[in-house]
Amino acid sequence: MRLRNEPAPSAGIPLYACADLQQPACAHAHGAATAVRLYAHARPPHTRPPCPAEESEELTDSEESVYSGLEDSGSDSTEEEEEEGPEEGPGGSSPPRTYVKGAPRKSKILEDDSSLKENEGLLAQNEYEEDSSDEEDIRNTVGNIPMEWYQDFPHIGYNLEGKKIYKPIRNKDELDMFLEKMENPEYWRTVQDKMTGADIKLTDEQVDLVHRLQKGQFGDVHFNPYEPAVDFFTHEVMIHPVTNRPADKRSFIPSLIEKEKVSKLVHAIKMGWIKPRKPKDDTPTYYDLWAHEDPNSILGRHKMHVPAPKMKLPGHEESYNPPPEYLLSEEEKLAWEQQEPAERKLDFVPQQYQCLRAVPAYSRFIHERFERCLDLYLCPRQRKMRVNVDPEDLIPKLPKPRDLQPFPTTQALVYRGHTSLVRCLSISPSGQWLVSGSDDCTVRFWEVCTARCMKTLPVGGVVKSVAWNPNPTICLVAICVEQSVLLVNPCLGDKLLYGATDQLLESYVAPEEERVQPVQWVTATVAEHSKGVRLVVQHSKAVKQVTWHGKGDYFASVVSDNSSMQVLIHQTSKRWSQNPFRKSKGLVQCVLFHPIRPYFFVATQRYVRIYNLLKQELTKKLMTNCKWVSSMAIHPGGDNVICGSYDSKLAWFDLDLSTRPYQLLRHHKKALRSVAFHKHYPLFASGSDDGTVIVCHGMVYNDLLQNPLLVPVKVLKGHVLTLDLGVLDVLFHPTQPWVFSSGADGTVRLYT
Amino acid sequence: MGGLEKKKYERGSATNYITRNRARKKLQLSLPDFRRLCILKGIYPHEPKHKKKVNKGSTAARTFYLLKDIKFLLHEPIVNKFREYKVFVRKLRKAYGKSEWSTVDRLKDNKPSYKLDHIVKERYPTFVDALRDLDDALSMCFLFSTFPRTGKCHVQTIQLCRRLAVEFLNYVIASRSLRKVFLSIKGIYYQAEVLGQPITWITPYTFAHDHPTDVDYRVMATFTEFYTTLLGFVNFRLYHSLNLLYPPKIDGQADVELKPAEGKEYAMDSESYLEKLSALSASLARVVAPTHEDEVEMDEFPVEGETAEQMDVRKKEQEALEKHKKLFEGLRFFLNREVPREPLAFIIRCFGGQVSWDKSLCIGATYDVSDPSITHQIVDRPRVEQQVVGRYYLQPQWVFDSVNAKLCLPVADYFPGVLLPPHLSPFVTEQEGDYIPPEKLKLLAMQRGENPGDARHQDEESEEEDEEEEDDNDKEEEEEEDESEKEEEMKLKKMEEQKTQSNKVTAGKLRLEDRQRLEQEQQSEEKRLAIMMMKKREKYLYKKIMFGKKRKVREANKLAAKRKAHDTAVKEEKKKSKKARRA
Repeated sequence: MRLRNEPAPSAGIPLYACADLQQPACAHAHGAATAVRLYAHARPPHTRPPCPAEESEELTDSEESVYSGLEDSGSDSTEEEEEEGPEEGPGGSSPPRTYVKGAPRKSKILEDDSSLKENEGLLAQNEYEEDSSDEEDIRNTVGNIPMEWYQDFPHIGYNLEGKKIYKPIRNKDELDMFLEKMENPEYWRTVQDKMTGADIKLTDEQVDLVHRLQKGQFGDVHFNPYEPAVDFFTHEVMIHPVTNRPADKRSFIPSLIEKEKVSKLVHAIKMGWIKPRKPKDDTPTYYDLWAHEDPNSILGRHKMHVPAPKMKLPGHEESYNPPPEYLLSEEEKLAWEQQEPAERKLDFVPQQYQCLRAVPAYSRFIHERFERCLDLYLCPRQRKMRVNVDPEDLIPKLPKPRDLQPFPTTQALVYRGHTSLVRCLSISPSGQWLVSGSDDCTVRFWEVCTARCMKTLPVGGVVKSVAWNPNPTICLVAICVEQSVLLVNPCLGDKLLYGATDQLLESYVAPEEERVQPVQWVTATVAEHSKGVRLVVQHSKAVKQVTWHGKGDYFASVVSDNSSMQVLIHQTSKRWSQNPFRKSKGLVQCVLFHPIRPYFFVATQRYVRIYNLLKQELTKKLMTNCKWVSSMAIHPGGDNVICGSYDSKLAWFDLDLSTRPYQLLRHHKKALRSVAFHKHYPLFASGSDDGTVIVCHGMVYNDLLQNPLLVPVKVLKGHVLTLDLGVLDVLFHPTQPWVFSSGADGTVRLYT
Repeated sequence: MGGLEKKKYERGSATNYITRNRARKKLQLSLPDFRRLCILKGIYPHEPKHKKKVNKGSTAARTFYLLKDIKFLLHEPIVNKFREYKVFVRKLRKAYGKSEWSTVDRLKDNKPSYKLDHIVKERYPTFVDALRDLDDALSMCFLFSTFPRTGKCHVQTIQLCRRLAVEFLNYVIASRSLRKVFLSIKGIYYQAEVLGQPITWITPYTFAHDHPTDVDYRVMATFTEFYTTLLGFVNFRLYHSLNLLYPPKIDGQADVELKPAEGKEYAMDSESYLEKLSALSASLARVVAPTHEDEVEMDEFPVEGETAEQMDVRKKEQEALEKHKKLFEGLRFFLNREVPREPLAFIIRCFGGQVSWDKSLCIGATYDVSDPSITHQIVDRPRVEQQVVGRYYLQPQWVFDSVNAKLCLPVADYFPGVLLPPHLSPFVTEQEGDYIPPEKLKLLAMQRGENPGDARHQDEESEEEDEEEEDDNDKEEEEEEDESEKEEEMKLKKMEEQKTQSNKVTAGKLRLEDRQRLEQEQQSEEKRLAIMMMKKREKYLYKKIMFGKKRKVREANKLAAKRKAHDTAVKEEKKKSKKARRA
């Protein structure tokens, strides 16, 4: 509903116009007038002077004129007529009666008011929400529909006769409306009736009513919500009875029904139908539970049963008067106290009492029982096989070393002379001479049988490796000194032999065409020549190992470098060198020539690679299963290789078998420094930092089906540990079952 | 490759086990109920062989039960009783809340209860099984019977425990099956042999307990609930195996001896019977009066393959056992006040002795102190006033040591006020290489019938008693010492001479090679080399075994050294004190 500033014809009616929206019975103008009158009656006289009926009638007429020429055709209901009758009689003379009479009416009006309030609440769309359809508007028969539907039509609905009700003419524009708003002092109390489209001006009472309802007060001014309360029943206790009725007969005569019930119960008890509840017998009864025991009836579950272990029986130390040795000393007591309770071997401190009378209660008795209980039901149980092995049975049965003789057993000779650790050893193919290189920058030549130092060759550098030419017709020793390899003729033994060697070296004719070589071949100076040095092969970096080919012409040297130039193969007769590898495959530890076939073994940190020199390709790669290979030796047969490693393992490879070790021997306690095979006897030896040389019997069978037999036969001791180093090199005599070892203590020892 | 693909952890060991929480959910029980059920049914967690496999790849610490065990629990009628009890508690709480006292009474009358008979039968299908597992049951019952009758647990339980324990003790007395006793600092250990099964139990010393706070008494009570049932049935069976009445009745003659008036003074009528029983002084009534002719001579069936020697050994053992059973036969003991009455009475009666005590100490005393027939009086005081001639006054340890030694030990060591010899544990059987205390050696010799200890003993006595002799001895010793000094001097002189002579060239001596030693060395080296060739795993095992052996030896050596040091210290002290006395 919108407030309109349309001039309303009268002040008294609009309420009605509004109210009859919900009062179809009052649609008639006359009826409306009556209602207003009634309303007026209902009002207390002082708030509003009762209007005479004629006046109101006039007003209604005037209002009707507002309808755009429409004739009011409201039907007069008899009911209203009836109502009118008595009401007209009293007029406004007796307000109390009217009040009573008009009570239902009033409620109607109040409803109207509420609807009015809603109207004011600007809830135009929900205007008819609470209306029921039977209270249909008589003036407009469109029913309970949103009036917006008629927005675009000139009419607003239909009257009872089916004729269109036209909207009142509104030809005011915005300006007019504004002027109206400004000029008309009644504008604020003008409302529009949605149903008829007419403007209605609210009266003072109606405005009052609206205000009161807005404040949440009662619509009726005279209604007192705070009337004094009147009790229905008095709270005071009355002295006299309310009624004077005499007591019933049944109140003093015993009940027959009850008597019957009791007699029934008595009868039942007598007959023994009802028994008193038995007192509970708490004491358990026992009987022969195992009278019919059947050992075969054991449940299958019992097969998995693990019986709880019995508690440990007490030993002497638990006695109240134990032998004195079981008592703890002060330190032991202290240690016991500092231990964790779970770690203690005894859960009590042994104590001694002079007599039984002095023994106190054990404070942890209940604890121990409780812990036992917990163990019984909380502790997971598992069947464990107790190892009941005789330790002697674990020791493998090996052939007795005595049966595997010969092998070196005792230390025979000590070669003294070096002042620093002896790094390397080599022996002449005849087995007569021994050469040793040391950190004191000398190379010494010894006679094997007498331990006599035949010759001392100062080389001016730490000697890393020496190698005697294996060819018995050549007397030549290769010595690694820093960046060069010296080829030395020791001039020992047969003069013809070493003379021939010199001749052989001198017979070299330089090729016409100078080839590019990775190393420089330099002929020794005169001073050097007098000492025995014949040739110097100068490398670009420090050389750490040198080894001869079996024929005695070729030798290989290992340079400590990271590049592809680590391994070089030299030919003595032609004095030329070559680098066999294009690419570095890791730090090369040592290299070896195969004794028979044209194979070349290169040991890097973790692998041993075998190259075929003729085909120039890799044939095999052995996995050593070690962290760092230190040394390598090849069986004279050529099918077996042993590798020593710094993680104190010795790996035996059978090349026919696999690329993995046939056996890993962990005999030494410290890093292995060198390993060696004997040329003829089935022996191999390993020298380690723990100062021992272990000689093993390593029998290789020609029969391919039989695996090699490895038996340690002797642990040779003798070297003194210096600087945490023990044996640095081991070497077998070429013909005898003797082994040489050089140590960090500056000695070379021979074991026979 | 046919068939459905099997998922991991859906077969094999993973399906055989179930975690505790899952088991609990499967049974629909709360944790305390589950715990109780496990205790009663004897279900315990199992440790799977491959924990990770069972745990579905996780290594978290979990307890596993066998799935079969849990399935077995599903059909247990007690589980329903647990649920009923839960409902009962709920109803009771409600009734209390509404102050409906009649409902409370009614509910309490109909409190659900269960019996454990079938569980006992199920857990121990044969009687021997039950006997094997009796250790914990007895220890627990003896502990519970010493609890005060307030708080902690139900009075009925305590009474029942006491009753069952006393019944068992009476059975042991009647069957004379006690074998070993041990006074430890924790309590007194007993070992009886019932139907060939050794049963060991421990009783605390009779003092009030200071109840620890970190012990869950409910768990213990649940165990006791089961143990009492078990022990009751076992007792019944044991009594019947001896033709004794169960519940036990005191023998008629003994009953007359015990004056009823005395009993009334002592305790209420209802309790006095149990008290009389627990006095352990009277023998029990039998169903059939025992006649000595009944004892049938056992026929001997030689086991095949058994040599005559073995037979002899067996026979001897049997005889020794019979003798052991009658150790105290004919002896009359009297217990003084401050000795533990019950254990001593029990032990003495077990070995056929008669025992009595002061009338005011306990019910059931059979004779008085003044009885002239008393042979041994057990006293635990340093000195006894008014000694009666004709009886030994001994410390209680004598009884225990005699039982363990299987013979009546010489009484001299156990007189009142004398420093007692060490009390040794009878449960230790020394194997080869173990340390054996010298007292044990002495005892073993004594059992063998030798008497080597006597000489030493006499020595000691002579030392103690005959001072004059001692003086002589001392002099002799001194002389000996002097002699030894002289010898040493001589040696030194010789050495010096040798040193001076060392410059001279002497004829080389032929060093004789000790062949045996050489051989031994060789063998040991061979062994060392062989050990080097052992496989890694075997080497580990070997080293472990050897380590254990070495440790044992070390411990034995340590004990021996300690003993030696102690003995020398004691000797020194004696000497000093003697010297002081002399001076």
